[in-house]
Amino acid sequence: MSETTGSQATVTDTSASAASPLQSMPMAKALNAGLRQAMLDNPKVLLMGEDIGPLGGVFRVTEGLQAEFGVRRVTDTPLAESGIVGTAIGLAMRGYRPVCEIQFDGFVYPSFNQITSQLAKMTNRHEGQIQMPVVIRIPYGGHIGAVEHHQESPEAYFAHTSGLRVVSPSTPHDAYWMIQDAIASNDPVIFLEPKSRYWPKGDVDLSNRGAKLHSTQVAREGTEVTLLGHGAMVSVLLQAAELAAEEGTSVEVLDLRSISPIDYDPILASVRKTGRLVVAQEAPGFVSVGSEIAATVTEHAFYSLEAPVLRVAGFDAPFPPAKLETIYLPDADRVLEAVDRALAY
Amino acid sequence: MSYTEATLQLLSPAGSIVESDASAEYLPYIEKLTDDQLREFHRVMVVTRAFDLEATNLQRQGQMALWVPSLGQEAAQVGSGFAMRPQDHIFPSYREHAVGMIRGLDVLDIIRMLRGITHGGWDSTANGNFHIYTLVLGSQTLHGTGYAMGLTLDGVTATGNPEKDEAVIVYFGDGATSQGDVNEAMIFAASYQTPELFFLQNNQWAISVPVSTQSRTPLYLRPAGFGIPGIQIDGNDVLISYAASRKYLEETRSGGGPRFIEAVTYRMGAHTSSDDPTKYRTDALTAQWGALDPIARFETYLRGRGASDAFFAELDEEAAEFADSIRRRTLELGSPATDLIFDNIYSEPHPLVDQQKEWLANYEASFAESEAAQGGDGQ
Repeated sequence: MSETTGSQATVTDTSASAASPLQSMPMAKALNAGLRQAMLDNPKVLLMGEDIGPLGGVFRVTEGLQAEFGVRRVTDTPLAESGIVGTAIGLAMRGYRPVCEIQFDGFVYPSFNQITSQLAKMTNRHEGQIQMPVVIRIPYGGHIGAVEHHQESPEAYFAHTSGLRVVSPSTPHDAYWMIQDAIASNDPVIFLEPKSRYWPKGDVDLSNRGAKLHSTQVAREGTEVTLLGHGAMVSVLLQAAELAAEEGTSVEVLDLRSISPIDYDPILASVRKTGRLVVAQEAPGFVSVGSEIAATVTEHAFYSLEAPVLRVAGFDAPFPPAKLETIYLPDADRVLEAVDRALAY
Repeated sequence: MSYTEATLQLLSPAGSIVESDASAEYLPYIEKLTDDQLREFHRVMVVTRAFDLEATNLQRQGQMALWVPSLGQEAAQVGSGFAMRPQDHIFPSYREHAVGMIRGLDVLDIIRMLRGITHGGWDSTANGNFHIYTLVLGSQTLHGTGYAMGLTLDGVTATGNPEKDEAVIVYFGDGATSQGDVNEAMIFAASYQTPELFFLQNNQWAISVPVSTQSRTPLYLRPAGFGIPGIQIDGNDVLISYAASRKYLEETRSGGGPRFIEAVTYRMGAHTSSDDPTKYRTDALTAQWGALDPIARFETYLRGRGASDAFFAELDEEAAEFADSIRRRTLELGSPATDLIFDNIYSEPHPLVDQQKEWLANYEASFAESEAAQGGDGQ
């Protein structure tokens, strides 16, 4: 699929046939369309969260869905995150497929027990007698100039918890299909929506799914250095690749897409080709998704590496006040600094 | 002592029926109970106590990872347990052994969990809709509330047919009332008017901390703030536990919205086998509650209704035999297969789990090969 914003336009996935209907829309609309399709496909799908009814959610992702499906299937809940996830577990026990909206990344923590000790372990605790098809949608990440608790990237907490699946789309097309795949999964899925990417438009192929939910995809081909990231970071990496190309460096960009499980085959194949890997993320680097990937790639592709795997991450500091976010968050220049370091070995 | 003027009672500590303005509303619920039914109440209380004491002994002998005694709380559990209908759904905490027994659970499954063989232990659909225990306090109240929301969505409650209408009962303790989840559960239950009974066993102690630290107001007054009717009952009186639960379950299953019962009882034993109550409460207080023992009280009542020495003697024999069978079957329990570590984490394949399962199998097989090789050398 192609991004249509600025200089990031890069075509990779060409599996869609020439005749397939492409629609240009922002990710927020693609998610809305994906949720709608999932609700049409399965009457057991329910949406629940704060302000998701008449308002359509604070990001308008559920706009119009309560009017179409009614208050029983699209429910404004009381303002209590643990209550939302805990009751979703009970509904899943009853055979429903709840999709919970957490309003912002930093508001997920009141539900941490229900997600990590209950939802994640429920199937295991029941020795497989029950399934937990619950999706937790979390708008996450920075770049929106918001106040504290509204710009965080909590993926490592959930990736660390066995029993959860964790994914994050970077394009409207992936958002449309991945939300449907997440809802169809019989396991709990933490669905991280890069909120800074809610509004740029991109082509969505409504008839061709493309990649599977838990697969890593090549977003731009290159030969000298591999850049790997997820969510909003992918557009930063594509920007960095474009800048590098202008200076004569061929950079490959991978869109991680799935954080748990991690699809290592395409990552290792790319590293064996380029010999260099830079992993980038908005989240702090200490004990992070990037750290895990660096360790695993080093273990499995040691003799292919020309340089150590480098991490570009948010600093190990609380997310700063918004006026400092552009310094805190890795940008294309910080990524290119790491590319230069990798090439210097 | 935590009884108040509002504490409802049908059976006095002396074992006689309480006739008062307050009890009049509840007496009709027990009037239809036959002698056989009443004796069944007693039987389950006595057998549960024997089971509980046997499990405590097994723990002391190193046969259990932990035991969670129900000693003293039998009436609260048995009364509410028999008040349910077959179609009802129970979300227990981790001490409701008697309720499990009433719902048809083989209580050896509780032993399996607390011996360290499983984290769960049973399939609720095959055991009277008695869900598995939850160890994080109060978490199950939200699961029960969500399940009750599902009953409403499914249209299997408040149809006007009490023989079919389904309801949920959630159990929790006085310590759990301080948890956010219990409060959020009541908020959701009230908002969605769930068919649900919140059944609080106030056993006075959250491990070592008295209920006065959890609440400066009687706990039965809390639900009013959520818009949920609540009452306080004598939790050591099996008859009021039955009558109040029956009444409230019928009201909630017929569309009246959630209900709340605080059963005032006493944890006569330790919180768990890891606890030492001598450090924080006096023998005098425990003795005071011992005088209110639910089983002794009900025995007096049954004798007044004509139950013979032979009945009680046979029951004691049955309980002892049951405890013996639990001991024998506990000692026969094996260990879980290693694959249990990895199986059922996910419903669908997950590469990391699959790889580690395979690695461990190969690692363990390597020792077997090594031993076989040594054997081949004639050692």
